[in-house]
Amino acid sequence: MGNFSLRRLLRSLLIPLLAVFLALVVGAAIMWLAGDDPIEAYKGLFMGAFGSKRGWATTIRKWSPLLLTGLSVAVAFQAGLFNIGASGQFMMGTIFSVWVGIHFPDLPALVHVPLAILAGILGGILWGAIPGILKVTTGAHEVISTIMLNYIAALFAGWTVYAGGSSGQKPGPLWDPAAKAISRTPPVVESARIPFIFGPPYRVHWGVVLVIVAIFLIAWLMYKTTIGFELRTVGQNFKASKYAGIRVGWTVVLAMMLAGALAGMAGAIETLGVNFKFAPEFGGSVGFDGITVALLGQTNPFGVGLAAFFMASLAAGGAKMQFDSGVSSDIIQVINALMLAFVAAPAIIRYVFRIRKSDADQESTPKISWGG
Amino acid sequence: MSATFFKKTSLISLGIALALIVVGIVVNLSPTLHEVTWLRVLFDVSTLNFTLRATIPLALGAMAGILCERTGIINIGIEGMMLAGAFAGFVAKVATNDWPLMASLLMGVLAAILAGGLMGYIHAVFSIRFKMDQIISGTFLIILAGGLSAYLFNPDSVAIGKFSPIAIPGLSKIPVIGDIFFKNPPITYAALILVVVLHVAFFHTKWGLRSRAAGEHPRAADTVGINVNFYRYLNTTIGGMVAGLAGGFLVLEAVGQFQEGMTAGRGFISLAAMIFGNWMPFGALGAATLFGYTQGVQNALLLAGVANIPRHFISMLPYVVTIIAVAGFVGRVRPPAAEGKVYETESSD
Repeated sequence: MGNFSLRRLLRSLLIPLLAVFLALVVGAAIMWLAGDDPIEAYKGLFMGAFGSKRGWATTIRKWSPLLLTGLSVAVAFQAGLFNIGASGQFMMGTIFSVWVGIHFPDLPALVHVPLAILAGILGGILWGAIPGILKVTTGAHEVISTIMLNYIAALFAGWTVYAGGSSGQKPGPLWDPAAKAISRTPPVVESARIPFIFGPPYRVHWGVVLVIVAIFLIAWLMYKTTIGFELRTVGQNFKASKYAGIRVGWTVVLAMMLAGALAGMAGAIETLGVNFKFAPEFGGSVGFDGITVALLGQTNPFGVGLAAFFMASLAAGGAKMQFDSGVSSDIIQVINALMLAFVAAPAIIRYVFRIRKSDADQESTPKISWGG
Repeated sequence: MSATFFKKTSLISLGIALALIVVGIVVNLSPTLHEVTWLRVLFDVSTLNFTLRATIPLALGAMAGILCERTGIINIGIEGMMLAGAFAGFVAKVATNDWPLMASLLMGVLAAILAGGLMGYIHAVFSIRFKMDQIISGTFLIILAGGLSAYLFNPDSVAIGKFSPIAIPGLSKIPVIGDIFFKNPPITYAALILVVVLHVAFFHTKWGLRSRAAGEHPRAADTVGINVNFYRYLNTTIGGMVAGLAGGFLVLEAVGQFQEGMTAGRGFISLAAMIFGNWMPFGALGAATLFGYTQGVQNALLLAGVANIPRHFISMLPYVVTIIAVAGFVGRVRPPAAEGKVYETESSD
């Protein structure tokens, strides 16, 4: 029995590991074709992520948001939903938490920090609930509605910190007058900042511990509770779970709220532990990265943790790679894209490495159509 | 007009676009109305010109989406295909800077179309041959195009020259209409013609019937001898080419240069236009016009110094109306029935 589960574990690791390997090889080929030295680049990347204490610290700092958005996408996947909306939920989490963070300067940190994080989670829940409710009540596909909500959230967030215009446009409610023409919020007050475990220059904050707790909490929820069972059942067979008496509609909304909560928490932790303010350019590729993390981790919470750590190390090593080898760190986004492709299409991996399909292999990614 | 032409949301969006033109003509021809500030801001020729410029890449993107999705392949990767086209067009233009301007620009267009087509073909191979989830494949294209174009982009390179307007003899003399429609650079004309061609092709040719069959009921199509996957490969590749042309428009006709991430979400607004236009070429053109108009109005408001409407909320309009449309609040839009489903013939593995 133990032997069997070890084999299963190895098998489940096989596809993601080969996908990463293949992506690195193809990435190297692209660098070589573009006239760069891939060996030097990967050396710089590795040294940047793990070659120094500061590198480790950066990797750990970048791990939290990737992990949480990855979990967000993974939880939705398990319920058969495709959450492309992590970036919008992240954005709303950021705005909600920054609002709490720049107000209430008199609160003790013990109250202020949790309150600001909870506000971020709430913002994410709200933004996740909308596509869930729309899907259940009107049949609107979550892929379309979450894409649209991402842009609405980004524009809304942009408005809240808008510096105003020269011809009398009113500034947004969260804009910092001290920033003059720059659109950003005032800094989060001291009492709302997540304390450091290792202070500057390492800047590793206690949010990391929270994130580790989140992994275990989600794993427990998904595999040890009725809610998790219902969620996964709905994901595996929508019709059958209806006949089995599961409240499918509620489960769908719940899954999206949970996904939103995780992405919103990512926004809150980035704001209160790293950036200490919000400006419209924050957030970046967080939503798409979450999809890659979730699939690379095979939607398993612990797998997602590993995948996020790997992607965080790529992100952390990029600066040193660019400095040492002169290879633009934009190549990392290319490698991320390739990892996503290879892990999402095990058929490619099997084709390249001549692996036969075994009965134990289960498709970890849902097949989605918005035709219903 | 066929019955399929009249679908509620596509009719609404087309109606709005037509109303815009009619009101535009009235306002610009009547001296008294043209004196009213807000009418001038909303309907001046310059506003409508800007609207058309903003509409073209959206309309092309939406046509790309329709080509893929009508045949059963979901395409959320329009953004990536566009960006690939924009970058390839720029690289080809820069490489041929010392050629005669027109030849160099045409090389740019060619490269844009080819790069888009390659992206479309990759999407088709991943979706059909490797049975990858089509939404993930689309996501892959977006991340890949963003990463690759940023990685390969040399900020020191400059494209010299871009397409300039060509006045159509005779037609450009028509008041208002001539100023809006018949004094444009070539890709704009090509895009508008393409919409008409696609409508005719989809609803009045054998190719169109077979393509739609592959997207609605592949099993039935297969039974009568249509090679479903051949049509899916073909149309997804053509769709990629059209999206590539949209990218080419941005570099070679609108901006004249490449900037990292210059598509700036236009691929997603195209997706919205396709959905709001109910997967119909004219409906999508109408929706693209409506969405382009939100940009035209923002520009006009800024120029007129009207300050009490935050531009962020005007920009939200395309996304909000798309959610309203998919939620069925204005008459449900309906995607092709077999979209996103891998088709396997019974004899294959």
